[in-house]
Amino acid sequence: MSATGLHMGAPTGWRGWLLDPAPASRRQARFGRWYRGWLGLYRNGLAMTGLVIVLALVLVAIFAPLFANHAAAFTQTLTDRLQPVSWAHLFGTDELGRDIYARVIFGSRITLTIVALVSVIVVPVGLAIGLPAGYFGGWIDAVLMRVTDIFLAFPRLVLALAFAAALGPGIENAVIAISLTAWPPYARLARAETLTRRNAEFIEAAELQGASHVRILFTQIMPLSLPSVIIRLTLDMAGIILTAAGLGFLGLGAQPPAPEWGAMVSSGRQYLLDQWWVATIPGMAIFIVSLGFNLLGDGLRDVSDSRAG
Amino acid sequence: MLFSVALTFLGLTCVTFFIGRIIPIDPVLAIVGDKASRATYDRVATEIGVNLPIPLQYWRYLNKVLHADFGVSLITAHPVLEDMTRVFPATMELALLALFVGTLLGVPLGVVAATHRGRWQDHVVRFGSLLGYSMPVFWLGLVGLLLFYAKLGWVEGPGRLDVSYDDIVPTVTGLITIDSLIAGEIDVFWNALSHLVLPASILGYLSLAYVARMTRSFMLGQLRQEYVLATLAKGLSPFRVVWVHALGNVWVQLVTVIALTFGSLLEGAVLTETVFAWPGLGLYMKNSLFNADLNAVLGGTMVIGVVYIFLNMLSDLIYPLVDPRARSRG
Repeated sequence: MSATGLHMGAPTGWRGWLLDPAPASRRQARFGRWYRGWLGLYRNGLAMTGLVIVLALVLVAIFAPLFANHAAAFTQTLTDRLQPVSWAHLFGTDELGRDIYARVIFGSRITLTIVALVSVIVVPVGLAIGLPAGYFGGWIDAVLMRVTDIFLAFPRLVLALAFAAALGPGIENAVIAISLTAWPPYARLARAETLTRRNAEFIEAAELQGASHVRILFTQIMPLSLPSVIIRLTLDMAGIILTAAGLGFLGLGAQPPAPEWGAMVSSGRQYLLDQWWVATIPGMAIFIVSLGFNLLGDGLRDVSDSRAG
Repeated sequence: MLFSVALTFLGLTCVTFFIGRIIPIDPVLAIVGDKASRATYDRVATEIGVNLPIPLQYWRYLNKVLHADFGVSLITAHPVLEDMTRVFPATMELALLALFVGTLLGVPLGVVAATHRGRWQDHVVRFGSLLGYSMPVFWLGLVGLLLFYAKLGWVEGPGRLDVSYDDIVPTVTGLITIDSLIAGEIDVFWNALSHLVLPASILGYLSLAYVARMTRSFMLGQLRQEYVLATLAKGLSPFRVVWVHALGNVWVQLVTVIALTFGSLLEGAVLTETVFAWPGLGLYMKNSLFNADLNAVLGGTMVIGVVYIFLNMLSDLIYPLVDPRARSRG
């Protein structure tokens, strides 16, 4: 790079390679696009805050034993019940003398598990319904979208509630109940994404080369639809967390003694007036985590929008 | 459109029927009890038709639902529909006031955010609605109770009325605030309002978050249009252009948003009512859930689902009425 180039502030080295306006390979173009997206995100302070919160949640969940004592979260010490906030108990203790800080830390595992399981179910189901609907059109589209609309017209929490009640309380059933009500937007999104590309020339080219429908759907259309699905998922995470916590609060989620945040709020309710920390601190954890996902999702959407136009 | 509404309704009945089938409770045992003889058990089983083929059972179920027969609640021993008409007004009172708060504050905030795009007003509104999106409503309710009821004493606590005011006003609409005004019982009115204001504000905040955000993005779309520039060039005040012309066009889309918000308020009511011991549909469903009162749970799901479908239909119907452009779309 010449001295004038440096003077104009053109990036060099690996950044220059990434930001090259004329990428030489597909790999360079792809990494360059990601890097520009990252720069957009990096400039957005709120989105970065969200990213930090989400990363913190993941790290805390994975390395929970490093942050808190497992025994303190589960051992009942009735002589220590309802202790206020102190150095020994950062967030105080609950009605059974368990350390609330440790329970909140270990509770992050439950939250993350629910979120991960719901994503793993919802995205493939949404794609499996939305992609063919948009690609084939006609009666396939009509039938699939009609089913989607029916599920979309349902009240989400109430349906999840009824399912959770029917299947019996528990974390797996909460996941199934939430997934059953969460997939329709993804089907719609995947269909819309497919429709915008259905008549593109590269699809036609692939068809002329003799690629099967399944192959085109999987190798051409799905990869292009994934980014917007993932952004939507990030935005949805907060809703999933809140629904899960709501089910937990009603007693339909993870069962005691599991330190599920919503259930912790519920069990602390009766001590609200005198021992406020028992109910409010786990609720604060729910709030912060869902705020993190919302901030991150918002930022991701802004980045993708500016790229599109 | 009627076709799609009917289809959605059929879908709803399918789902509730399916839930009723997979629930791990023997419906016969729930009626006859553990100590019933084999003969009684068989008789009841034939009566309610659990041994019939599934499609036939569904047909019978659909028939009942269409005749607004949701069966009898196990806890209250009343027909579910009768219970519903008793508890639904309480939920309506809560949701209506919340919607009122949410719309009355949310729309202006959204407009201000759009006209001040990128400035502090915009950031405050956007962040404020993000906070609203992220808060667990049951937690917000508890914090609100702790602060405004226990610590500050500004509002009354859980419930709809103080016990001493119970059964004073005759039921006309089922909304205590309105009934008390009709009866001229001002004390009852203030007491009811004082109980109502906290849960309604909390639900209202959640709908405010959604309404403000949608108003902002609709308004941004309008303000980009050329007619805004034209009316400004014509010499109209910016205030008039924004609040009359641009907002006037946005109302159309907002109707849909507000209708959907109302649906989500009914849902939020399940959790809010649990926190505030509010004797509405949400609390009724929650109590039924834990007493394995299947008819009541499914009846409640059905009622909320039907309201949901109705709201969707209503917003579809209103849309072309207020926006002539939507008519040609068919």
